Amino acid sequence: MFPTPIQKSARWAQIGYKLLLPMALVLWLLPLIGVAVTSVRPAGDLAAGNYFGIPSSFAGVENYTAVFQNSPIGWYILNSFKVTIPTVIGAVALSCLTGFALAVYNFRANLLLFFMFIAGNFIPFQILMVPVRDMTLKAGMYDTTFGLVLFHVAFQTGFCTLFMRNFIKGLPFALIEAARVEGVSEWKIFTRIVLPLMRPAIAALSVLVFTFIWNDYFWATVLVQGQHAMPVTAGLYALNGQWVAAWHLVSAGSIIAALPPVLMFFLMQRHFIAGLTLGATKG
Amino acid sequence: MIPAPAPSLALWKKHKGTLTPWLFLLPGLLMFAIYVLIPIVQSIWISFHEWDGLGDKAWIGLGNYIELLDDDTFYTSLKNNFLWLVLYLLAIPGGLAVALFLNQNVMGIRLYKSLFFFPFVISQVVVGLMFTWFYAPDFGLFSALIEKLTGQQIAILADERFVTYGIIVAGLWPQTAYCMILYLTGLNNINPEQVEAARMDGAKGLKLLWHVILPQLAPASFIALVVTVIGSLRSFDLVSIMTAGGPYGSSQILSYFMYEQALSEYGYRMGYGAAIAVVLFLIMMVFITLFIVRMLSQERNS
Repeated sequence: MFPTPIQKSARWAQIGYKLLLPMALVLWLLPLIGVAVTSVRPAGDLAAGNYFGIPSSFAGVENYTAVFQNSPIGWYILNSFKVTIPTVIGAVALSCLTGFALAVYNFRANLLLFFMFIAGNFIPFQILMVPVRDMTLKAGMYDTTFGLVLFHVAFQTGFCTLFMRNFIKGLPFALIEAARVEGVSEWKIFTRIVLPLMRPAIAALSVLVFTFIWNDYFWATVLVQGQHAMPVTAGLYALNGQWVAAWHLVSAGSIIAALPPVLMFFLMQRHFIAGLTLGATKG
Repeated sequence: MIPAPAPSLALWKKHKGTLTPWLFLLPGLLMFAIYVLIPIVQSIWISFHEWDGLGDKAWIGLGNYIELLDDDTFYTSLKNNFLWLVLYLLAIPGGLAVALFLNQNVMGIRLYKSLFFFPFVISQVVVGLMFTWFYAPDFGLFSALIEKLTGQQIAILADERFVTYGIIVAGLWPQTAYCMILYLTGLNNINPEQVEAARMDGAKGLKLLWHVILPQLAPASFIALVVTVIGSLRSFDLVSIMTAGGPYGSSQILSYFMYEQALSEYGYRMGYGAAIAVVLFLIMMVFITLFIVRMLSQERNS
C-alpha cells in the first residue's frame, strides 16, 4: 500500500492525521457548507450583514417553502425527471445492443466504429448546436422534454457504447462459443446469456448517465425556452436572475437542484465509482 | 415468428453472418448519425454562410472566418481557452495529492472519500452559483477573507485581471475531485509486491512515488489527462453562470462566444457561430486524435 499505512507511523502522526482529515474536509467543502448554511439563514440576517456567522435563527423551513411556493422549481424538477429517466433507459438500451455488436463480432469496420463512438463523445457541443436546434425546431420538438431526450439518448450512446463494449469484452467468451456450438441464435445469446451478466454495467451506466443528464445545462438552454419544459439547471439560472442578492433563496434552490444526483450517488456509490473509473486500472 | 417468404429467407441465411452485427448496431448508429455525425458536417457547411436561422442561407465563402480574424473577442477567447487548458491540468497533480492523502485505512475513511468527491456530483450550475456567492463583494466568504488579508475588497468576477482565474478555480474544484477518484481506484490496484520489494531496497517517499507508484498509475493518469483536457476545452456552464463572458468580454471562451453569437439577443448569427464552433472543433480534434491514436495502440496490443 502507498503511502505507508498511518498505523505504522508514530502515535502523534496518527492523531495528527485524524485531526487533519475533518479540517481538510471542511476547507474542501467550504463553498458548499457556506451555501448550505445560507440556505437556512433568515432573510433578516442578510440585511443585517450577518453573512458568515451563526444564523440568528433556523429559517430552513421558511426558505425552502418559499422557494417551492414562489417559484416553479417543483415543476422544473419534474421536467428534469422527464428528461433524465427516459434518456437513461434509451441510452442504456441502445448501448447494450451496440456494445454487444462491437464486443462479440469480428468485422472489418469494428474498430473504426468503436473509435468513432469514442471521438463523438469528446467533441464540443457547439459543433452540433446550430443543426440540432434547427432539426428539433423543424420536427416540432423545440421546447419539449422529448426533444431533449432524443438528443441526449443519441449523444450518450457514444460514451455508453465505449463502456458496454469494454465490459462485454471482459466476459468469458467461451460462454458465447459454447452456446453457438449448441445452435443458440445470436439474439438469444444476447438476451439469455450476455444481458443477465451485464447487470453491474447497466447499474453503473444508469447512475452515471442520470447524473450527466440531470446536470446538463447547455442543451437545456439551447433546446428549451419556456418554463413548461425547462429542466432545473436552466430553471435555477433563470431564478437566480429574479432573486437578485436574495442569497438565502438562491442557496436553497441550489441545494434542491443538487439533491437528486447527490442522493443517487450515495445510494449507488459503488456502481457510480466503478463506472467512472472504468479503465483507470488497466491499460 | 412469422415465416418469411422463401427468397428473402435464403438471402438472410446466406448473409446472416455479416448482417447480424449491423442489426445490433442499427438503432444506436442511426441515432448517433442523425444527432452527432451529420450535424458536424452541417455545421461546417453552415459556417460558410450568412444565416439568421430562419430565412435562406447566403453563401459567403470564408467570410465568417475572415471576420473572426478581425474580432478582438475571438483572440480574448483563444487566450482564455489556453489559460483554461493549462491551469485545468493542475487538477491532475491536485487529484493525486488528495488521493494520496486519503489512501489510508482509518475509521470513516470511506465517507471522507465520498464527501471529497462531492463537488463532481453537483451540477456546474450550482457550482457556479456557489462560487459567485463565494466571490461576491460584501456577501462572499472569499471576498471577506481577501479583505482581511489585504485590507481592500476585490470583486473577482468584476475585475478583468482576475475574472478568468476565478472561474477556472471554480472549475478545478469538481475536476480535482474527478482526478482524485481515478487515482484512488488506481492506488487500490497497485501491485503490493512491487511496492514492498522497492521498500526493501530502501526506496521511500517521493522517490518511491516517482519510480514505482506513478508508472503503475499510468492508466489512471492517462484517463485523468483525457478528461481534464477535454473538460477544459468543453467548459461552458461556469462562464455562462458566473459572468456571461464579462466584464467587457474579458472572460470569454470559444464555447460561450459561439453560443452568444449564434443566439444573441441582437439577432441570430448562425453562420458566424458555426465558424467559431468549427475552430473549437478543430482545436479539440487535435487532442482527440492524439488520445485515440494512443488508445488504438493499446487496443492492438491487448
